[in-house]
Amino acid sequence: MFQQNEMTIEMGPQHPSTHGVLRLTLRIRGETVINVDPTVGYLHRGIEKIAENLMYTQFQPYTDRLDYISAPANNLAYVQTVEKLLGVDVTPRAKFIRVILAELARISSHLVWLATHGLDLGAMSMFLYCFRERELIMDLLELYCGSRLTTTCMEIGGVRGDISQEFIDKLNDFIKMFPDKIQDYETLLTKNRIWLKRTKGIGIVSAEQAINFGLTGPTLRGSGVKYDVRKAQPYAAYDQIDFEVPIGTVGDVYDRYLVRMEEMRQSTKIIRQALEKLPEGSVRVQDSRITRPDKALLATSMEALIQYCYLIMEGIIPPKGEVYSSVEGSKGELGFYIYSDGTSKPYRLKIRTPSFYNVGILPSMAKGAFLADMTAFIASIDIVLGEIDR
Amino acid sequence: MALLLLILESLLIFVFILLFCVAYIILAERKILGHMQGRFGPMHTGWHGMLQPIADILKCLIKENIMPTAADKIVFILAPVMSILPAIMCLAVIPFSKNIYAADLNIGVLYLLALGSLGVYGVATCGWAGNSKYGLLGSIRSTAQLISYEVPMGLAVLGPVMMARSLNLIKIVEAQKSFWYILIQPVGFFIFVVCSAAETNRIPFDLPEAETELVAGFHVEYSGFKFVAFFLAEYMHMFVTSAMAAILFLGGWKGPFFPGPIWFMIKVYSFLVLYIWARGTFPRYRYDQLMQLGWKFLLPLSLANLVLTSIGIVIFG
Repeated sequence: MFQQNEMTIEMGPQHPSTHGVLRLTLRIRGETVINVDPTVGYLHRGIEKIAENLMYTQFQPYTDRLDYISAPANNLAYVQTVEKLLGVDVTPRAKFIRVILAELARISSHLVWLATHGLDLGAMSMFLYCFRERELIMDLLELYCGSRLTTTCMEIGGVRGDISQEFIDKLNDFIKMFPDKIQDYETLLTKNRIWLKRTKGIGIVSAEQAINFGLTGPTLRGSGVKYDVRKAQPYAAYDQIDFEVPIGTVGDVYDRYLVRMEEMRQSTKIIRQALEKLPEGSVRVQDSRITRPDKALLATSMEALIQYCYLIMEGIIPPKGEVYSSVEGSKGELGFYIYSDGTSKPYRLKIRTPSFYNVGILPSMAKGAFLADMTAFIASIDIVLGEIDR
Repeated sequence: MALLLLILESLLIFVFILLFCVAYIILAERKILGHMQGRFGPMHTGWHGMLQPIADILKCLIKENIMPTAADKIVFILAPVMSILPAIMCLAVIPFSKNIYAADLNIGVLYLLALGSLGVYGVATCGWAGNSKYGLLGSIRSTAQLISYEVPMGLAVLGPVMMARSLNLIKIVEAQKSFWYILIQPVGFFIFVVCSAAETNRIPFDLPEAETELVAGFHVEYSGFKFVAFFLAEYMHMFVTSAMAAILFLGGWKGPFFPGPIWFMIKVYSFLVLYIWARGTFPRYRYDQLMQLGWKFLLPLSLANLVLTSIGIVIFG
């Protein structure tokens, strides 16, 4: 099997540019990659199995730990699926807040992608510039829900709380400032000759190939396929918001780079519109199956007390049935499939994580490429191992 | 005997001062890069981190000496020595002013180029001795890179040498009395800047130690003081190439108002800042692109520059 002059090197699971604990077994001849064999599973925590033993509300914090860079999007995908199972429609204000939080998560995730993509190709400053801006998003999330990374900011039937005026002001400042920052990043990279040389014409994925491999998200759109869950099956308040879905032409690393850069701009636009259109009202639905009664009522109303205890002890009990619902996460289509047997715990919960499917394209991308391009490929499909291994 | 001791003593002081300068390049890099990236760099050791390099070196000195079991032990120990010795020896001929230098060789340029190439042996053997695949890849890259960029660099250096009609560094500086050679040799200077970045493994040519591809490249198996030896050798090499740039193209210690050594250091450090600036800005080239740039672009350009220079010298005398 081994030819002369070939050698095998293990890239990962402990390697600075595999974005976590991805292990790649590379067969190389000189600097040319002959074969890549990705091995996943080093971060397996059995989240899907854990879900079978937890009540619907208890499982939500686990979704934070899937794609830990964009926790709100994971929360959204999960609560949305449970709501679909329950047949609940959330209030308009909650929908818009969900959009804002999900888009903040997208920007935050894309910033981490750009930071590591730059760092992987040697543009070290990008890393720090992007994290500087990401810090502001973290602060916003902290202001909203008290937590920066593992937010658990959405609830079945709404969101954790209403947004404050301080949050709106800070968010307005952020979206006013952020387009300039994107411009700064583009000045450093988009027309940079070395950047072009390192990203153009490598890792080409044709549209057909992308569909066959089940790619989603910017990785798919970079190949020119206009598929975005936000447009295809609008959820939350995306049907009331006007935005573009950028697509690439060639499907190389550079196209995927451009698509993500444009997506950050579009996300800013979405947030601006969501803030303008933000309706008044409650952020939680009033449904005795899922909403806890107001704490003040507990002292006076027996029914409220019973309902409160019931929700805590028994949890939410959806009807029997199976349901799938997905959102456009920052990496692609993030879907939850729940099979309910009519108890307070899901009988089976399956998570369709985009990174798991996206990483499958890596071997066909890498064949015949250079060793140095491997880091560009890994960065350009933007994987998160917490999501791949679950 | 007393004379010998005196010479030895002064040489030691010379080396220590230079080591000090080199150590502070590391701090300068960290501080400048930090400020470029919206942070401060080291701040806690001494005033604004001024004692950081000393603390780093002391820390590495007392670290455990790790020897990989599969390593070729003798070569593994010799490699850092082979790397740092030529770098220190290079410093001997650098004239800081008309009178401050360790040795006045009449073939100074040749000596610098020769010792600069000797450094390759340290890099080549260290990746091999560590018996690590990443290290080996880094070594292969580095060796190929250093050898390819030596050629255009040598040709670029020939310009000032031909104009000064001497290989002696002091005479070359003296020949730049009326104007700096950068004015007549801008192309040569450009080639020298690019090649010296490649020679010293700096971004955008830092492939041999590309952290994100090869983890740390050729010295991946090294730790403790052996690692520091490579690190210091690299920064010393940077210092030497910057000094060469200052001497060959920027008029060495010549300049108004300040005494010679100060002018010399200003020139050297501004050249070093150029390196650091590049590191804060550029991504990294790929191996094959680096080779293409070296052989298909820089080599013909430097040859053309050489031919033009010689024609110019013949015509204008």
